[in-house]
Amino acid sequence: MPVRPSGNNKVKGAETMREKWITKEEIEHIAQLAHIELTDEEKEVFTEQFNRILDFFRKIDEVDTRSIPPMYHVLDIVNVYREDEVGGTLPKESVLENAPKKEEQFFKSPRIV
Amino acid sequence: MSTPRLHEMRAVKVADKIRRGEITAEDYIWSIINRAKSVDGKINAFITMASEEALEKARDIDRKIARGEKIGRLAGVAVAVKDNICTFGIRTTCASRMLEDFIPPYDATVISRLKKEDAIIIGKTNMDEFAMGTTTETSYFGPTRNPWNLSKVPGGSSGGSAAALAADEATLALGSDTGGSVRCPASYCSVIGFKPTYGSVSRYGLIAYANSLEQIGPLAKSTVDCALLLSVIGGYDPYDSTSVKMPIEDYFGSFTSDLKGLKIGLPKEFFDEGVEEPVKKHVWSAIHKLEDLGALYEETSLPSLEFALAAYYIIAMSEASSNLARYDGLRYGYRIEHDDADYSRVYAKNRRIGFGAEVRRRIILGTYALSAGYYEQYYLKALKIRMLIRREFESALKKFDVLAGPTMPLPPFDIGEKINDPLTLYMCDILTVPANLTGYPAISIPCGFEGDLPVGMQIIGKPFDEKNLLKISFAFENNTDFAKRKPGLQ
Repeated sequence: MPVRPSGNNKVKGAETMREKWITKEEIEHIAQLAHIELTDEEKEVFTEQFNRILDFFRKIDEVDTRSIPPMYHVLDIVNVYREDEVGGTLPKESVLENAPKKEEQFFKSPRIV
Repeated sequence: MSTPRLHEMRAVKVADKIRRGEITAEDYIWSIINRAKSVDGKINAFITMASEEALEKARDIDRKIARGEKIGRLAGVAVAVKDNICTFGIRTTCASRMLEDFIPPYDATVISRLKKEDAIIIGKTNMDEFAMGTTTETSYFGPTRNPWNLSKVPGGSSGGSAAALAADEATLALGSDTGGSVRCPASYCSVIGFKPTYGSVSRYGLIAYANSLEQIGPLAKSTVDCALLLSVIGGYDPYDSTSVKMPIEDYFGSFTSDLKGLKIGLPKEFFDEGVEEPVKKHVWSAIHKLEDLGALYEETSLPSLEFALAAYYIIAMSEASSNLARYDGLRYGYRIEHDDADYSRVYAKNRRIGFGAEVRRRIILGTYALSAGYYEQYYLKALKIRMLIRREFESALKKFDVLAGPTMPLPPFDIGEKINDPLTLYMCDILTVPANLTGYPAISIPCGFEGDLPVGMQIIGKPFDEKNLLKISFAFENNTDFAKRKPGLQ
């Protein structure tokens, strides 16, 4: 049985069926942060799937990593600098070519304000 | 034995014959195009064929040869390119509705390098959407079928590239490997697939899924072809800040059939109960073949491998959620027609319609794993596991020259069999993800057949020791006939 860690008790309501890592409401919220609309049916399916996937992910809780540093990257590269020289750029028309909507030499965005 | 038809020939031979004027590049390209026309209806390896451009380029090469001009190492050779690698002027979709009409305004570095050696881009291959998958079933353009058995998956995510080779619709192919996406389809289609050491092949122009894990890699019908392609695409590129300045090695000089003294470690976790018996049987007989050729093997253990898959998926999804934030439908990509609503709702709609279910699943889970309150539990913890695994590999590879085992835990399975169960599908990557977490090079070599279904052996090497992996592959290939077999496609 997965053990719910403290500080992760955002789940509302009683968990009678089984332990839950994530609720439908949380998924709605996260999807909104990620700018992805979900259908009602998808929310149901994702909730079930995500709980199974997160249950699997929590396997890593078994490992004591207190003394292990995180490995962000496989190479020891910290930063790469180059000379500040002007290089070639793409012509405006070719950059705009793939834009679904444009006006003159601009990308046209939906309403922001 | 009958002489191979043009589309069946290996790259080294094609380039040689074209260079000598024994065949024309145009005849050869026609042979490839006709082959694709006759079989791709069944296979669906290609999203886009670039036949016109390819023929034009072929005639160009023939003219150059007629004039006695110097010609590149891949003279006229048809290369199938995974559709997440940008090709100037040729649609590059990532097998997604999001990029259905995207035509890159530039070439990826690997593509410029192919062109410099006079290779010909024959088409763009099918894949799992945004390279997120193990079966090539999540493509917006429909699944690719395994040429060895049309009811089976070809593996993924570079399934189109591997299938195109197995079906002789191309002579060489490029894929990308984030968690096994070159090696898995290579194994399932019985071709050679190579994931190079992280940093050895430029990612410039590869549409990003999980940057810290992925590399572009070659797929080929022979080790020599694989080495040739790798030597063309590899090497430092100032356009990729994670590209490493290393001299390109001469892979060919070390090719012999003698593996005397080679020390192979067999991690017992690669042979545990999760791996199906027929797979173990074929891989074991391959290991005994390597032993016959002079190699020594010994069992070893990498205990943290148990956690590799979870750590891999957390990291990959986290990186994906960040990388795929760029698809808002403004500069490129799918955009809904009526977009006078609030911008955030427009974005959310573009991304719902533009992305398939698996892509949305990974973006949302990745966003979750990176979000406040969960970051330490998932992402940071996964990075620490990654360090543990890297340390275990490092110490194992002090004792052994390479590590070996199966590429996939099970033979190719039915199309549709696992697609509705994401977690079961993720489990298929259990043996391939460690090489991505560590950045180490790994190759999948055809090593047997269970009935009509291919089995692949995976060999993982020390960083930047691609040469050793190719040497082993060469020796194995030349003492077995798995790589020579052809599927019964007509």
